[in-house]
Amino acid sequence: MSQNRLESHSGVAIDFTFNGKAYQGIAGDTLASALLANGVNVVGRSFKYARPRGIFGHGAEEPNAIVQLGSGAGTIPNLKATQVELYQGLQASSVNGWPSVNFDVMGLIGAFGRLMPPGFYYKTFMYPKKLWMTYEHFIRKAAGLGATPVEADPDCYDKLNQHCDVLVVGAGPAGLVAAREAARTGARVIIADEQSQFGGTLLASKQQVDGIAAPLWVASLVAELMAYSNIQMLPRSTVFGYYDHNFLTILERRTDHLGLISTRGARQRLQRVRAAQVVLATGAFERPLVFAHNDIPGVMLASSVSTYVNRYGVAPGNKLVVFTTNDNAYQTALDWQRIGREVVAVVDTRSNPCGDTVAAVKAMGIEVIAGHGLIEAQGSKRVKRALVAPINEAGTQVTGAVRRLACDLIACSGGWSPAVHLSSHTGAKPEWDASIVGFRPGDSKQQERSAGASRGTFDLMGCLSEGASAGAQAAMLSGYGDGNLQFPAIAVDEYSEQPQQALFLVPHTKTTSRAPSQFVDFQLDVSASGIELAVREGFESVEHVKRYTALGFGTDQGKLGNINGMAILANALDQSIAETGTTIFRPSYTPTTFGAIAGRDVNNLFDPERYTAVHRWHVEQGAQFEDVGQWKRPWYFPKQGETMQQAVDREGLAVRNSVGILDASTLGKIDIQGPDAAEFITRMYTNSYLKLAPGKCRYGVMLKEDGMIFDDGVCACLGDNHYLMFTTTGGAAGVLAWLELWQQTEWPELQVYFTSVTDHWTTATVTGPNARKVIAKVCSDIDLSSDTFSFMDWRDGTVSGVKARVFRISFTGELSYEVNVPAHYGRHIWEALIAAGEEFNITPYGTETMHILRAEKGFIIVGQDTDGSMTPADMNMDWVVGKNKAFSFIGRRSLQRSDTVRSNRKQLVGLKPLNDKEVLPEGAQVVFDAKQKIPMAMQGHVTSSYYSASLGHSIALAVVKGGHKRLGQVVYCPLADGRSIASEIVSSVFYDPKGERHHV
Amino acid sequence: MLLIYCPHCQENREEEEFSYGGEAHIVRPLAPEALNDKDWGDYLFFRTNSRGIHHEMWYHAVGCRRYFNATRNTVTYEILETYKTGTQPTITGANS
Repeated sequence: MSQNRLESHSGVAIDFTFNGKAYQGIAGDTLASALLANGVNVVGRSFKYARPRGIFGHGAEEPNAIVQLGSGAGTIPNLKATQVELYQGLQASSVNGWPSVNFDVMGLIGAFGRLMPPGFYYKTFMYPKKLWMTYEHFIRKAAGLGATPVEADPDCYDKLNQHCDVLVVGAGPAGLVAAREAARTGARVIIADEQSQFGGTLLASKQQVDGIAAPLWVASLVAELMAYSNIQMLPRSTVFGYYDHNFLTILERRTDHLGLISTRGARQRLQRVRAAQVVLATGAFERPLVFAHNDIPGVMLASSVSTYVNRYGVAPGNKLVVFTTNDNAYQTALDWQRIGREVVAVVDTRSNPCGDTVAAVKAMGIEVIAGHGLIEAQGSKRVKRALVAPINEAGTQVTGAVRRLACDLIACSGGWSPAVHLSSHTGAKPEWDASIVGFRPGDSKQQERSAGASRGTFDLMGCLSEGASAGAQAAMLSGYGDGNLQFPAIAVDEYSEQPQQALFLVPHTKTTSRAPSQFVDFQLDVSASGIELAVREGFESVEHVKRYTALGFGTDQGKLGNINGMAILANALDQSIAETGTTIFRPSYTPTTFGAIAGRDVNNLFDPERYTAVHRWHVEQGAQFEDVGQWKRPWYFPKQGETMQQAVDREGLAVRNSVGILDASTLGKIDIQGPDAAEFITRMYTNSYLKLAPGKCRYGVMLKEDGMIFDDGVCACLGDNHYLMFTTTGGAAGVLAWLELWQQTEWPELQVYFTSVTDHWTTATVTGPNARKVIAKVCSDIDLSSDTFSFMDWRDGTVSGVKARVFRISFTGELSYEVNVPAHYGRHIWEALIAAGEEFNITPYGTETMHILRAEKGFIIVGQDTDGSMTPADMNMDWVVGKNKAFSFIGRRSLQRSDTVRSNRKQLVGLKPLNDKEVLPEGAQVVFDAKQKIPMAMQGHVTSSYYSASLGHSIALAVVKGGHKRLGQVVYCPLADGRSIASEIVSSVFYDPKGERHHV
Repeated sequence: MLLIYCPHCQENREEEEFSYGGEAHIVRPLAPEALNDKDWGDYLFFRTNSRGIHHEMWYHAVGCRRYFNATRNTVTYEILETYKTGTQPTITGANS
């Protein structure tokens, strides 16, 4: 049996290692209790001074025992040993203390601790700026923030969305009875607690409840709750965030207690709960006392010492000194005495303590040293003695001789701070209450109420009655029960208690700035003198002091240190704590894994993927794919041994010289019907559709009301009051919402209806000089002669036996037919066209070739050549703006704004690099003078750039200030590598400028 | 995450079903060309940016695809009412 394990406590042995050394714990242990049982004093090194640190608390408040579990892909950094349940084979190591906790190079810096005041990093490492990255690397490594795994997480995580009537947070005494009252009414109840067992403080209590020992009473109540079908009980589940409209998030740890990597389903589950009513029974944190060297291993919270003794059967030392400002901590002395270990003394800052527990301690013959402070702990890696001295009534001065008490354990208690975190998430501002020496939750901003210790009610009787009322009230407000209690009051032992003393900094014989460090925030080494120094340096706001000193910035988020820190600040500012106020708590309450937040939305489920009906054919042909929005589009179709450039050269030449085929199914398609359809469409586009006859198509540009191009595409008149609007692939959803916005909110009198039919149709674009010959082979009922079926016409017909719409529209500048068939026939029609085109060497091409071909023609791609700040005139597309439209279409007025008629706006031009094989990088900045000093005057940028096999040289589209009047000028693109590429400004139409090829 | 009552579906639905549509009750001028640049600019760019009561459009994008209006407190995020486009709010702030 380990040296500190009590003989009365036994269980199944569990082997584990800590920093490479083997130990044994027992079932039910946390890593912290097992380490204490094995007498491990030093569990880590502090952040700044690398001081040795031991286990201080027993729950979420633990600042020192921060560990990393395991190694490799499943490793988890930054866990609190107090919250890690022990399992067979657990491997843990300290996250800080490089290279070892017992010999630490940073300890050398610790020796110069006085050289590292608050703001040290700001002051020292800011200059020279370039070296910050170097400093940061060193600081991080030395300070030790744990190591993130470099491999993918092998575990899977889940999310669950739920509604409930009453969510009870915390399963201590208040939470348990609240859940019972609510469940009895029939309300759907969820009760969540971060610990493995329900019961909270009662699990370590020696009190009697309803005549039986508290842990037994908890067990029977939990069994009673489990019998309700309308209650969900979530142990190992931390409610870590409270968001708008009573939306709360719970991290449910399903298998963490079984091992590093889950072998049974999801490791953790993120529950997203919308609760009608919430009961916050989150308890309270005991507050440490701030005295000199209060960070030496062996100094602990009084309640933690009791918890280790009573719940885990671990005595973390031998000779105990209790240091307190209140009656509550006397219980620890009783617990310690009961297990037969020595209580050296209870040091109480109050001059005349006389409550029931005090009397019980005195009756045991334990010395109570009243009116004294424990002003300093001494020892290096373990407490050896405590220095005790009389202090004045106000607790501000040492008034007499110092006495030394030999001891190896100091249990301290400065009272309790309600855990107001979740209430604070809702925007409720915590309020200082001098009577409890703590912040109470502020007025509710949402449908919640606090009960028990989280509301500042610390006695068990009060917790139980408040919890019951809160449960009944929450149920009633969610529509269940009448708010009256369903269960009789619970009998508990009652003690009379004397008021505690408010003491946030224990005086020393030396002044705070001269005394040995009195730590406020252990994790980040913030001391009382540091806070006072911050005030002397001019900081007044609690939010500023927090950031300057790093108070509360650790992974424990100041659960222990914040109140003491604020009180010390208030004192230094000579104002009240209420005036000083508190910082705002924000989610997460405790650290939450990214895995749980991501859930299943990872890898191939990260985002939905959309495939066209021809997708499998593309895969079979070895296409490389490009993501366009959620669509997977063929990018290019490489043949054996081809590079991408070789493939797109071949594809492009095939279109220019014979025929190519493109899967254009992803283009957005919106079916528009109604008697006012033409009027509506005309209001949305820059040009008019009022006279567009059935069988005709028109290209249009859509603007936002600010006059900037938003989308473009062809709109076809299918019949009277019936149109089909094509949008860009990426813009489809946005355009539909845009149409609906105007119809619903501005012109509800227009009768027009929109239906997205994007996925209903497969579109195969057959393009090139031989396109007509290909179509003719599979379509006999459309007269394909250019006299009757000319450019910008469409026809109904039958293609390879399938009813089809064939559009003569062209994005390549070649003779083109876009064959649209219902998507179910997509692959059939595609293969029929491929077969028909075989004799012409029909070549499938992807988006890259499509981009090159359209760029050769100077056709813009919205979102690539435009960026939301381009008008049609900027794009040299004035021709698309209807000048005589009766209705002031969306965006028209803005085209006359002083800013949109400026002559030096960025305008679309072509760029031809002087070295005609050089391809400009897209996004490169354009300057007029390459020799000017940096920062150069930037005149525009390259929007599209390719090598054009058809033209035999590279081409680019760019927007350049006043570009339309600069044809022939040479501009420069300075690159990051120091080169500067010279190009001539040319027309944006490189190929077939007269547009003769698509009119054949 | 907000819980929003869609007046068309007549149900409370999660915020992720909706998208935000900006301030409500901004009427497009009937004769834009008659406005000078300043007045047109006011219509285009300027919003009340209310602290407190705010009337705004929401779009039930993955639900009924209808726009409606909400009266929301921009400080507390409380949604005080939702109402159909073309109707008026019953709750108005001092400055709205």
